[in-house]
Amino acid sequence: MAAERGEVKLIGGWASPFVARPRIALNLKGVAYEMFQETVGKKSELLLKSNPVYKKIPVLIHNGKPICESAIIVEYIDETWSSDGASILPSDPYDRAIARFWTVYVDDKIPDAIRKLRPLVKGSAVAEVEAEKLHAALQLLEEAFEKCSKGKSFFGGDNIGYLDIALGSQLAWIKAVEKIVEIKFLDKEKIPGLVAWSERFYAHEAVKEVMPEADRLVEFTRMLLSGSFAK
Amino acid sequence: MVASAAVRLFGMWASPAVRRVEWALKLKGIEYEYIEEDLSNKSSSLLEFNPINKQVPVLVHNGNPIVESLVILEYIDETWKDNPILPVDPLERSKARFWATFVDVKCREESRKAFFMEGEEKEKAIENLQVQLKALDEELEGKKFFSGDHIGYTDLAVGWMAFWLGVGEEAAGFKANYDLKFPNFSRWMKDFLAEPVIKDNLPPREKTVEFFRSFKQLGSCTKVNQK
Repeated sequence: MAAERGEVKLIGGWASPFVARPRIALNLKGVAYEMFQETVGKKSELLLKSNPVYKKIPVLIHNGKPICESAIIVEYIDETWSSDGASILPSDPYDRAIARFWTVYVDDKIPDAIRKLRPLVKGSAVAEVEAEKLHAALQLLEEAFEKCSKGKSFFGGDNIGYLDIALGSQLAWIKAVEKIVEIKFLDKEKIPGLVAWSERFYAHEAVKEVMPEADRLVEFTRMLLSGSFAK
Repeated sequence: MVASAAVRLFGMWASPAVRRVEWALKLKGIEYEYIEEDLSNKSSSLLEFNPINKQVPVLVHNGNPIVESLVILEYIDETWKDNPILPVDPLERSKARFWATFVDVKCREESRKAFFMEGEEKEKAIENLQVQLKALDEELEGKKFFSGDHIGYTDLAVGWMAFWLGVGEEAAGFKANYDLKFPNFSRWMKDFLAEPVIKDNLPPREKTVEFFRSFKQLGSCTKVNQK
């Protein structure tokens, strides 16, 4: 039973892991949408009007109504197109609480680690310190993966779910900082479950075209740091 | 109905995040056992149930721990379906969650800075907080509560500001001036605190001010041990 789609727009940017989240969710639900790419360093009228509080991407606009904040948008997509595709949130309240808890954890640790690591150079003392924190977070997420997946392919089980999207969307930038500071984070020896999971995630139909290349993000970082995107 | 289910809440008397969970449990009429934690000497149970953050509140239901107060609120709403605190409509739910995370991340950040810092940084934080209060004030236009005629998820999420913002102001010597500048928000604070479930479930004000005053004297910008 196909739900009536209405008009679906997404304001975003190719480099943003947060924008990747609703894109993956919409793909999982088979919902077509119109993409509005923001220019880095310059916010569009549409963005400022749709998200006056944060002025940030992503913003989903469904039948003219804006929804902001990536995790909230993913839940909205799951609830609105609940009869399309598999459920993104687990069905059991306790499993949902676990998925939401780890998503809060991911958002607390990963973007900050990436932000701190990407302007650094290989071998710097600060890089070592920040890398340790990221290693520790990934180690905990490895254990979470064991528990949540229960032997299946994804945190969500057989299908990509809420936590897969939350963490998976950060993989491109994790790979980019690996190249920038030359430290391996997605290490098969240390986090084998997550590494195998990351490969399955990347290969998934709904994800393939969404994730940017790590090299492109490295180049993006270089431009960001040299002030090329200055307003 | 989940009858005679063991519900336990690990908390600390001065913590707004803990009260938020208690308000939800009481609104739903859920029986629970409350365990007071000494955060300077955490119990082995707390550390067992929340090894990641080692924080309160932790809700334990049938032996399963749930952590992060907003996550706990959603769990409570999904498990005990009477007296729903979240709206049914997906768009309304997204707005409720939006304001909850706005207050929990942004307002808490600026309040924390206004509380701990001095001089220019304090002034800047108060300024930022006022911009945030303006947004909340506008959101309340034409509404008694954030959730409509009755308190709901958003009110419970914003609720700490109704009591603890004033406590913080008194303990740290600053004023966000909401009574002058933000009439809707000021009115909401009074209405929220007058609700029976809330009124009967607040820590004693003087004791709380004292607690936060000595907390500030301990110095440094460390995160309060609660979420």
